[in-house]
Amino acid sequence: MKTAEEFFNILKQKFGDSIIELKSGVPLESFIIIDPLKIDEVCLFLRDDSELKFDNCMNLSGVDDANGKKEAQADGSSTIVGGTISVIYHLESVYLKHKVTLKVSAPRENPQVKSVAAIWRSADWHEREAYDLFGINFINHPDLRRILMPYDWEAGYPLRKDYKNPEFYQGMKVPY
Amino acid sequence: MMYDFFVDLLGNEILAAIVTGVPPLVFILVFVLFAVWLERKVSAHMQDRLGPMRTGWHGYLQTIADLIKLIQKEDISASANDKPLFNLAPVLVFAGTYAAFAAIPFSSYYIGSNLDLGIFFIIGISGLVVAGILMAGWSSNNKYSMLGAMRSAAQIISYEIPTIIVVLTVVMITRTLNLHTLSEMQTGYFWNWMIFGGPTAGLEKFLLIPLMFIGFLIIYTSMLAEVNRTPFDIPEAESELVSGYHTEYSGMKFAMFFLAEYANMFAVSAIVSALFLGGYQSPIGYLGNLFDAPWLIPVEQFFWFTAKGTFFVFVQMWLRWTLPRLRVDQLMALCWKYLIPIAFINLIIVGLITVL
Amino acid sequence: MSFETKKNITVYKPAVKTEEMILNMGPQHPSTHGVLRLELQLEGEIITKVIPHIGYLHRCFEKHAEAMTYPQVIPYTDRMDYLASMGNEFGYAVAVEKLLNIQVPERVEYIRVIMAELQRIASHLVALGTYGADIGAMTPFLFCFRDREKILSLFEMTCGARLLYNYIWVGGLSHDLHPDFVRQTRDFVTYFKPKIKELNDLLTYNKIFIDRTSNVGILPLDTAINFGISGPMLRGSGLKWDLRKDDPYSVYHKFDFDIPVGEGKVGTVGDCWDRYYVRVLEMGESLKIIEQALDQLPEGDVSSAIPKRIKPPVGQVYTRVENPRGELGYFIISDGSVNPFRVKVRAPSFVNLGVMDVLCRGHMVADIIAILGSVDIVLGEVDR
Repeated sequence: MKTAEEFFNILKQKFGDSIIELKSGVPLESFIIIDPLKIDEVCLFLRDDSELKFDNCMNLSGVDDANGKKEAQADGSSTIVGGTISVIYHLESVYLKHKVTLKVSAPRENPQVKSVAAIWRSADWHEREAYDLFGINFINHPDLRRILMPYDWEAGYPLRKDYKNPEFYQGMKVPY
Repeated sequence: MMYDFFVDLLGNEILAAIVTGVPPLVFILVFVLFAVWLERKVSAHMQDRLGPMRTGWHGYLQTIADLIKLIQKEDISASANDKPLFNLAPVLVFAGTYAAFAAIPFSSYYIGSNLDLGIFFIIGISGLVVAGILMAGWSSNNKYSMLGAMRSAAQIISYEIPTIIVVLTVVMITRTLNLHTLSEMQTGYFWNWMIFGGPTAGLEKFLLIPLMFIGFLIIYTSMLAEVNRTPFDIPEAESELVSGYHTEYSGMKFAMFFLAEYANMFAVSAIVSALFLGGYQSPIGYLGNLFDAPWLIPVEQFFWFTAKGTFFVFVQMWLRWTLPRLRVDQLMALCWKYLIPIAFINLIIVGLITVL
Repeated sequence: MSFETKKNITVYKPAVKTEEMILNMGPQHPSTHGVLRLELQLEGEIITKVIPHIGYLHRCFEKHAEAMTYPQVIPYTDRMDYLASMGNEFGYAVAVEKLLNIQVPERVEYIRVIMAELQRIASHLVALGTYGADIGAMTPFLFCFRDREKILSLFEMTCGARLLYNYIWVGGLSHDLHPDFVRQTRDFVTYFKPKIKELNDLLTYNKIFIDRTSNVGILPLDTAINFGISGPMLRGSGLKWDLRKDDPYSVYHKFDFDIPVGEGKVGTVGDCWDRYYVRVLEMGESLKIIEQALDQLPEGDVSSAIPKRIKPPVGQVYTRVENPRGELGYFIISDGSVNPFRVKVRAPSFVNLGVMDVLCRGHMVADIIAILGSVDIVLGEVDR
């Protein structure tokens, strides 16, 4: 059973600059921060290396870090400018029984993250959900469309902290 | 029989024909009233519940309530439907079934028309049902209905073949297609029934018994497929095709399909019992003979015939609520790969036994 | 093993090119277990592609959770997988208790396990009953629901609700057990054991049922792991993986039970019959756990550890529990306030549904029903 430090060291040796830092000491899990455009190479290595063998991506969630500047708008609400949106990966190995958490952060205005759907097929729908609810664009995803919201929802990405409901959707009044 | 009787009574052939057609219709209606109630009670008790209990004593008026509901429903008809076919289809389905009742021997006195090719006529006229189903599926303008109708047509046509082969088997022993004569040949106690070898004697009879049993099983299974009952009810599979070819029908037309299905169930059970289980003959002798009242005998025969038919209808319902459904290709495989070869071998062996 | 992620994988190439038909098993359909739309591309009766469309039951659970306090989220977790509510609450409570680093009394742990296992039996009864009804056998459906009624009345006795409980709170339970609960649960256990045998006689070994479900929808093991499949689907493909044993939480390590695995008894390993049979056997195992838990049930106070105000430290946690449908994961990020910053639910049905396309290629339309029934989804969980 390896710990997060050991994983961090193995990855840092192999990938160098793509691995940014290891955030530990925060309850309850330590996570490894990785460059968003290099995440697919790192994950391919994580899956195929014989000592690591992370063959199961348990969870892939988008998170709106809300660490930008709040700007007040004309109608009383506020939008957030700057800051990041992150994607958090929880991986585990069924046969070697260890787990690791990864995090990538991308700028809020145009979040671009490489897709890992080709590596773990379970990430396919999770990434579609992150795109749908946060607006994160996954490069090289086979079929990036909205999954939970209607396909023609124009009004933004609902789980962002500064999301406002639109007035009308296809002629129907939205807040009722 | 009835026909001749009415011709004598009324003098006019056409009028006699019309009047002769009424008793089977009345019988069908009364039987369907009873059968729908029976199905609901049988299914309920098999599923550890009670079924209809409020409409009349133990719900026996439930069917009438359903009928009233169906009659007063709006007759929905989509604009893209093929109107003439759409309206004609339930009529054809019901007509095919109703026409088969003409040659069924209810008792030695009452047969609608004493055809010399009784059984052949029945099987032939049931083909109208296929035409009606295909019309219903096509004119509904609905992919699901079309799929259901095509499957149903394929199923009915395929399963006619084992039916006919087994009928041939019986006919080889009796040497007649006339259902009345066939039933008359099975007089005596139940030992003379076809399923126990028929009115043959000696070694032949004992050799025939197992073959006749196999024939009976084959024809019963094929008949289940003819009337689209589980395990062969793919055309009506609720969970797959949402009612198949009668999805788009409502109100009185749907009631016609419903009526036709239960009438068909009885017709098919009647044929099986006429061929194999002695038709209207009683297994234990007649009360009329006991009390020396010969006019009582046809009444008793009618009672025995209805009892046998209802018993087989009950077995059909029993099977429906116990077994799961077969998939389309498994159904076809069952027919072509298993039933037909067995029926053929059966036919050949019976033929050899009869000849030698 | 790697496999293709190209979009147009064809398994079946017919000799005669027939016209491709698109059939919609629409949102309203008797056997899609909820509002799920399956777009099927057919060639005659053979399927070339299945595209599931979900989102019809999306109720924005995750957005709601950010606006409420930690205890207020619990009724919302109930409503995700509404057929296994105790499991949802259990997972959430375990996650928040880990964040707060509090220890719940032993009695609470045992009662939670009993409730979760009873819920597992109830959920499997629904799955098996509706599966039989989809295949055409209507009678086992009613038998399963009759037995489930007994479990629901046990729940009603405890917390007043039959389906959505709001019972397992962070740090304890909302009510203690009814005084008659233990006796009635033992009666239920004795009553239910022969019923599993009855179900086996009626449905499991029925030749027609076996013909419909064996060798259909075969899921190879490495495909399953790569797709993140969990629960009875994964165990049906041959892997002995159960979170109650491999990543234990609560007091599961104190019980002695077995993990049923699919072995290809009447077909291939990983077909629909295997997944169905794993669920039947799991019901028997749950009965064992309930008996042991009832024997070992300690005394105590169930609400002593419930905190007055839940304000966890800044941090994040990912915990998972074994729901009847698979691995239910809660990823909670806390920013130190009384509202969670982010609650992400990793729903097992959501992930399991992603494998439908691969499972259904090359089968017929009637098999889709069999395969969808064996995946055992609940749309409340898929869409949240």
